Amino acid sequence: MKQNRFIMIVISILFGLITGAIVLLVAGFNPLEAYGVMVKGVFGSPKYISWTIIRSTPLILTGISVAFAFRTGLFNIGAEGQFIIGSLVATLVGYFVKLPPIIHPIVALLAGALAGALWAGFAGLLKSKFGINEVITTIMLNWIALYFSNFMVFTKAFKRPNKDASHRILESASINVLGKWKTSEAGKVFLAEHKFWKEFLNPPVNYGFIIAILAAILIWYILKHTTLGYQLRAVGFNKDAAEYGGIDVKKNIVVSMMIAGALSGLAGATQVLGVSKETAILAIMEGYGFDGIAVSLIAGNNPLGCIPAALLFGGLKYGGSKLQPTIGAPFEVINIIIGIIIFFIAMPKLVEIITSYKGKKEGGKVESTK
Amino acid sequence: MKALNDLGIIIGISLMYAAPLMYTALGGVISENAGVVNIGLEGMMTIGAFTGATVAYFTGNPWLGFLTAGLAGGALAILHAIACVTFTADHVVSGIAMNFIGPGLALYLCKIFFDGAAMTLPLDLDHKIPRPLNGLFPTDSFLNSIFNQYATVYIAFLLVILVWFMLYKTKLGLRLRSVGEHPRAADTLGVNVYKIKYFAVILSGIFAGLGGAALSIAVVSNYRVSLISGQGFIALAAMIFGNWKPHGAMWGCLLFGVAQGLVVYLGGTSLKVSSQLLAMIPYIITIIVLMVFVGEATGPAANGIPYEKDRD
Amino acid sequence: MRIDYDTKIIEMKNITKKFGDFVANDNIDLTVHKGEIHALLGENGAGKTTLMNILYGLYEPTFGEIYLNGKKTNITNPSVAIRNGIGMVHQHFMLVETFTVVENIILGMETTQRMGVLDINRATKEVEELSKKYGLHVDPNAKIHDITVGMQQRVEILKALYRGADILILDEPTAVLTPQEIDELMEIMRSLASQGKTIIIITHKLKEIKQVADYCTVIRRGKKVDTVKVADVTEEDLASMMVGRQVSFKVDKKEANVGDVVLKVDNLVVKDNRKLNAVKGLSLELHRGEILGIAGVDGNGQSEFIEGITGLRPIESGRVILNGKDITNLSPKEIIENGMNTIPEDRQKRGLILDFTVAENMILENYHKEPFSTKGRLNHKAISDFSKELIEKFDIRPRDHMHIAGELSGGNQQKVILAREISNDPDVLIAAQPTRGLDVGAIEYVHKYLVEQRDHGKAVLLISFELDEIMNVSDRIAVIFNGKIVDVMDAKEADERTLGYLMAGGGTIDEAK
Repeated sequence: MKQNRFIMIVISILFGLITGAIVLLVAGFNPLEAYGVMVKGVFGSPKYISWTIIRSTPLILTGISVAFAFRTGLFNIGAEGQFIIGSLVATLVGYFVKLPPIIHPIVALLAGALAGALWAGFAGLLKSKFGINEVITTIMLNWIALYFSNFMVFTKAFKRPNKDASHRILESASINVLGKWKTSEAGKVFLAEHKFWKEFLNPPVNYGFIIAILAAILIWYILKHTTLGYQLRAVGFNKDAAEYGGIDVKKNIVVSMMIAGALSGLAGATQVLGVSKETAILAIMEGYGFDGIAVSLIAGNNPLGCIPAALLFGGLKYGGSKLQPTIGAPFEVINIIIGIIIFFIAMPKLVEIITSYKGKKEGGKVESTK
Repeated sequence: MKALNDLGIIIGISLMYAAPLMYTALGGVISENAGVVNIGLEGMMTIGAFTGATVAYFTGNPWLGFLTAGLAGGALAILHAIACVTFTADHVVSGIAMNFIGPGLALYLCKIFFDGAAMTLPLDLDHKIPRPLNGLFPTDSFLNSIFNQYATVYIAFLLVILVWFMLYKTKLGLRLRSVGEHPRAADTLGVNVYKIKYFAVILSGIFAGLGGAALSIAVVSNYRVSLISGQGFIALAAMIFGNWKPHGAMWGCLLFGVAQGLVVYLGGTSLKVSSQLLAMIPYIITIIVLMVFVGEATGPAANGIPYEKDRD
Repeated sequence: MRIDYDTKIIEMKNITKKFGDFVANDNIDLTVHKGEIHALLGENGAGKTTLMNILYGLYEPTFGEIYLNGKKTNITNPSVAIRNGIGMVHQHFMLVETFTVVENIILGMETTQRMGVLDINRATKEVEELSKKYGLHVDPNAKIHDITVGMQQRVEILKALYRGADILILDEPTAVLTPQEIDELMEIMRSLASQGKTIIIITHKLKEIKQVADYCTVIRRGKKVDTVKVADVTEEDLASMMVGRQVSFKVDKKEANVGDVVLKVDNLVVKDNRKLNAVKGLSLELHRGEILGIAGVDGNGQSEFIEGITGLRPIESGRVILNGKDITNLSPKEIIENGMNTIPEDRQKRGLILDFTVAENMILENYHKEPFSTKGRLNHKAISDFSKELIEKFDIRPRDHMHIAGELSGGNQQKVILAREISNDPDVLIAAQPTRGLDVGAIEYVHKYLVEQRDHGKAVLLISFELDEIMNVSDRIAVIFNGKIVDVMDAKEADERTLGYLMAGGGTIDEAK
């Protein structure tokens, strides 16, 4: 069964890329050239590789956020808003709170995660108390988060003069790898001599990637090896049976949303402390949360699977950003590809039919049910 | 006199903003009464908003834009129907896909047609949807503020009546609702469940497309990235608020319209309220409304459940 | 002569239906003459309903042909069946709850004015005429969720007749009816047959076949055993044809050794989902060492009663005392820990997490306890050892604790639940519809374990819609009607007529006699 799922996902990705090629072709672009640009845009230089990793990091976290909720029977479309709140709070802590290095980023990360947890926990509470579907509430909370974040950035104490953004976080809160060393004398000398590392460390490489991988392992462990995971999965699969077995369904819904929210909040915090260093005023959603849904679906809602899935996504997005400047093809073809991938992942039955047809041709004995 | 005129302005703005939601919410009503959850309405609205603005810009004919917007929304909905009806997909996941594909395609095409710009070129005032009662009332009067609306507002109300009639007074409506309540019962009586579901989903896409155009070529005069930002979901909330009924959904939309109307009105006064805080109001109201009403609300019995014929 | 032996109104030849690798119908032949009442007998899952769904066009056969009135007919969908005069009343009624009786009857064959606008007035008149003609009383403008099950069944029959059905298929039509309602239905069937209709009745109840059917075709595990003239065979003959061996209907049990009261329910009131009182002041006492059966027709508050005393539904008023301790409105977990376990009435909804493995299901109530977990960490070894032991003891197949529960057969799923609940060694075991949908072997097995619990000095509360089951297994029988226990009697003194009278709301036992 697991293997089927993997094949299904690969086929869906393939369909996505083929559709993307057609869309490009119709608009008069050479798809091979376009995909070539994207591949080169990801692997062409050590710098590009680190950018891809940096871009993928928040997606791993929002991906496992959505995946975790999915596994417990909830649809967390609110990863976006939790991400926004997580970034906002991490920025606030990073700018206003004075703490020594190492402790400062840890506090800021935890604050971001906590904020995300509370934000999502509210949606969980609405579901368990009032029975409101979390799909609608989390979407509404996304927009509220966006405007709230903007409102906060516009406050006098927080806004950077003449910029549509907040003040930058203090250097002590940064989670960049070798951030200080890079600009020190010794660092400059070393990097001048080692071209690969100079390139690789040029972008804001940060510990976020490691945090994300640790989070993925932790979530996998919780789901598989703990009583908490057992009861959350039980509620996710069949809340009537879980209730009958003595599990507190309502409490578990809130707990599950809070854990999911913590992960998305953490994603926002790593993004601020490692990359952006500030909270900008947003006109539209940045899409980290929505992409997290796609990552989770591609990963088959497996937390560990979210790592490669997010790298694929980060690659598509980062590589895709090279399309417009080089061959003039709109970046949005990437969103179309992502949409088509999800579209096919939504239809396991179709892919089943395709693979069983192949099975028949190869002399298999698969009998379609229809 | 000033107070009355201000009231007129608020009502007028409310109606203007409610109309696009009404189209989309009616789409939701149709689709979900046939048992297909459509959270892809947002994406269908977006493709409609873009298509409407683009066709109206190039042809100079807003009505042609309006109609093609419906077709574009309907075309995207065909994908949703294929996934949900034929291949028993999870309706929400397929809807998410629609919300990637719709806006992605809209912006992709926009950049191709408009030289890489992330917005379509604005329509001249006389190439927008006309206002049929323009000039009937004195300018700045109470009545003028309320009734001097774009034709799309009147059409929206007309459609509420039409959809209500279709659902509750016709053979088609009876069959459509039976499919959403108990598809197997309908199937055993020879009703073609799949055909009805396809019809409903595609019609919901058409309505959402019209809703998008009602924004891009009436309320404003072009399509841009931030134009459709959650309206599809608000329309869904309005539909739930309205207990999956067309007239109920209309009231839901009017409520959100008023919230929006207040935002616009207060933003224009000397009142010192942050526009960011005002912008949250419709979303907060949505949540509060759901908290108050959703406990009672139960949609069609088989809503969101894929129907498989050959299942023992 | 009612039966027209010259007209073979239905001939199904070599019908085979496969679902994936599973063969539901294996080369079945069926011939029915005009005017005949023909019974299809078989155990749950034998393939009776599948065969009739094929006749009605809901499934397409993998192989085989169907002749109607001697003419080969391809019944690709229900419309074709309807056009050919076939109507079907399904076991689970195919009625739209929110629609009125008329709307349900005309759906798919609507009476309209111009442009597809419904003409409800004319339709109502048509339905009223039809209902008069066949003596099937219904209220045309009532909503389905407001009418009784008996009336819902009449609506279903009218639905078929409205479409001009000459052949009526009734799938397990008596499952939800009281004995009196069953008698009425038998009368309706005879009357319809005398007016020239042909009737196929799917059932596993032998008594009904003897009562009403002319011929009976027996199906076992997807294969046809034989078609017999009902007058020529006994119930025992039919039973052994159905099961493939001799079966005894009596449950083997010795005299009950009744002890003190272990569960006392006092004046219980519980609301249903519509916030109306469903349990209306119910009282009963359950003793150690006995099986108390609760007889009653579906919808008289049984489900709400069970959910109330097990903590799944709030109790409005009244008390539940278990072992002298007040457990009213405690959480399900606390109630389980106080010594009361339940075999839930819907094993797929409440009883099992179908996506979990058998092992994971086995620890549903105890996952948080040693040895299955230590400090929040699951102990997979202990879990699988425990499951393997139960799988062995309760003969669950396949012998694989990592098997997904949803892929087990109904009987084995029920064994998983039984194993889990009995392994908790509860003082009180509630068994709600414990044999619904099981075959005879599994039913015997479940009954054996219920009696064994009793013999160990535990108490069993058996709730069932199957009167035979209640009468065979229980030591005492309580009858529930309209949310109350109307009377309690010794099982040895109970007879079907009296019980039926009480189940239908006929007052107390003295009045019944």
